[in-house]
Amino acid sequence: MKNRSAGWQVVLTILPIVVSLLITAVLVMAVGADPRAVFEKIWEGAFRDSNTVGQVINFWIPLTLASLGLIVTFTAGLWNIGVEGQMTIGAVFASWAALSFSLPPVLLIPVEILLAMLGGALWATLCGVLKTHLGVHEIFSGVALNFLANVVSLFLISGPWQPPEGGSVRATPPFSENALLPPFSETFPVNLLMLILVVVAVAAVIVALRGTRWGLQLKATGKNARSALLLGVPTNRSALSAFAVCGVMAGLAGAYRVLFTYASLRPLVSGGIGFLGLLVVLLVSIRAIWVPFVTFAFAAILSGSGRLKIALQLDASLAGVLQEVLVLTVMLFNGLRTRLSRSSTAASEDINPTPTDLPASAPGSGGR
Amino acid sequence: MDTQLINTLSSIVANATPLVIAAIGETLTERVGVTNLSLNGSLVFSAMIGFVAAYTSGSVFIGIGAAMLASLIIAMIIAVADIELKQDQVAIGFVLTLLGADLAQFLGVSYSRIPGPQILSTPIPVLSSIPAIGEIFFNQSILVYISYLLVFGSSYWMFRTRRGLALRAVGERPEAAFARGTNVNRLRYFYTALGGALVGLAGASYSLSVKAGWSTPPSMDGDGWIALAIVIFGGWHPFRVVLGAYLFAGLRSLSSVIQRTPGVSVNVVLLNGVPWALMIITLLLVSSGAIERLLTVLPRPVQKWTRNFLRSDPPAAIGTRFESD
Repeated sequence: MKNRSAGWQVVLTILPIVVSLLITAVLVMAVGADPRAVFEKIWEGAFRDSNTVGQVINFWIPLTLASLGLIVTFTAGLWNIGVEGQMTIGAVFASWAALSFSLPPVLLIPVEILLAMLGGALWATLCGVLKTHLGVHEIFSGVALNFLANVVSLFLISGPWQPPEGGSVRATPPFSENALLPPFSETFPVNLLMLILVVVAVAAVIVALRGTRWGLQLKATGKNARSALLLGVPTNRSALSAFAVCGVMAGLAGAYRVLFTYASLRPLVSGGIGFLGLLVVLLVSIRAIWVPFVTFAFAAILSGSGRLKIALQLDASLAGVLQEVLVLTVMLFNGLRTRLSRSSTAASEDINPTPTDLPASAPGSGGR
Repeated sequence: MDTQLINTLSSIVANATPLVIAAIGETLTERVGVTNLSLNGSLVFSAMIGFVAAYTSGSVFIGIGAAMLASLIIAMIIAVADIELKQDQVAIGFVLTLLGADLAQFLGVSYSRIPGPQILSTPIPVLSSIPAIGEIFFNQSILVYISYLLVFGSSYWMFRTRRGLALRAVGERPEAAFARGTNVNRLRYFYTALGGALVGLAGASYSLSVKAGWSTPPSMDGDGWIALAIVIFGGWHPFRVVLGAYLFAGLRSLSSVIQRTPGVSVNVVLLNGVPWALMIITLLLVSSGAIERLLTVLPRPVQKWTRNFLRSDPPAAIGTRFESD
């Protein structure tokens, strides 16, 4: 029995991946392209040489940070869709420091990073206060604050921070050398400091959620805010702290985009990475330990599909389609698996995985 | 009334129509206890499908049908995932909203920015000759008239018929409805599908009428979220929903009027933020915490009226799953 269920586990893990690849292949054929060529191009775009692997890691760093932050908010029962905007505001704060101070890198970079974290945390806390004190569901305030964050960055790029040659909405002038995070080498363009910070963040989030009072309070808030409150958990403060921590992580992710990836502030600087983080967390069902691996796979797809447009005249949104179909299929298969195991009651405990611990509040139901 | 004002008002009615249709669809779905969070992706996807189907077939009606079917399928994925597979409807809806938008972009890329068939306005005989009112409300496309029928029809259905009572009961107290012999999950399937089809109709009314054509990035992107917020602002009541949609479209057009006014210089980029600031403000207005605070500063006689007007209570069983065993 044990063996059979282990085998089943493997099959049921791999099957949704195969199914989602097949669905994507059909969609690719629908626009008259060859799916084999597409998958080959994505693989090649991600893993051809150390340079492309470096590009994958440059997506992996902000994506992992955003996903870790979202693990924290999901644990507290919050749908932090506003993570995109929190990244953008983090990027804006870092850009402000980069454009206005002339300091040596040892001073300037910490200032930029701290400001980015502050910016992300402020934007996230705004979303949090709207929920905990004013009764606006975080999904809607999050969506609105995402758009507003883009408006802020576009306003700055097209106005106060526009390049001296004038009226461009494409980017601020490039930041000075001192303001930028240095790459490890020509052939492996990744910033080591941030790489280390991400590894630290992964460990910190796992430890904080498993073994601290704060983590327990978050879990209690997320599972059942009402009973948690009755048992003396300060649920509002818990929720706000989750937002703030997620904002810090998102701000850091935003800083990496401007201080390394682009070396300037651009419109839509978050590049959908926050939304991708939400998909990652749905896929791993809020288990932090899996985050770095799933984010690596998603970063590879994202980075690898960057040249689909040039190579095969396909829209780059294919990467999103592939990732979203994958998450959808996995979720539907999880449901199917639970349903099947319920009808064959004997092995139900073995086959049945931990159910997804998603926030239970519907967005219609207001703030509390 | 001068012609310019009439033209502005008439364009507000036209521009609000997709929001009205989508928000009424979502109201029906949420009233029965299901949240279709995929609205934004569904709108964009069905707009693309509607345009492509109308373009290739040459018939706007085939376009409308295809758009409604596309959005209905998305809604049914949510219903099946929720009811049969016990998956979180918000999570599935969120994935689908992203998927709808990306899929539209990916599949529709070769149909971007080409002229296609459009639904033209058909004035209603007698009614359109009423001064001002006729021009504003009755010299529109057929989709606008459908939206009027939907508002009155859905309101009548929900509050004046037995079946409407069952619909509301399923969203408020499914156990009680079940005990009285209502098939809870069958009604949830039905109204989720119907709501989804209406969202598709809204999508088609963008790409075949209000914002005719298809482009990347899609011009209606974001409106699905606005429609979801309007449902809450409207307190899940068709007449308040339609008021919300017209108010929203009105304020939006006001901001573009300001922009075009000579002598007034407003930053165009900042104006783009207006709808989103409005969205937060309107949700604040109808949230219970904010209302009570607002009421304390108002004089006593208007307190009760304001509370009743702004109150917005969601269906009690929204987002919950019903199991009969």
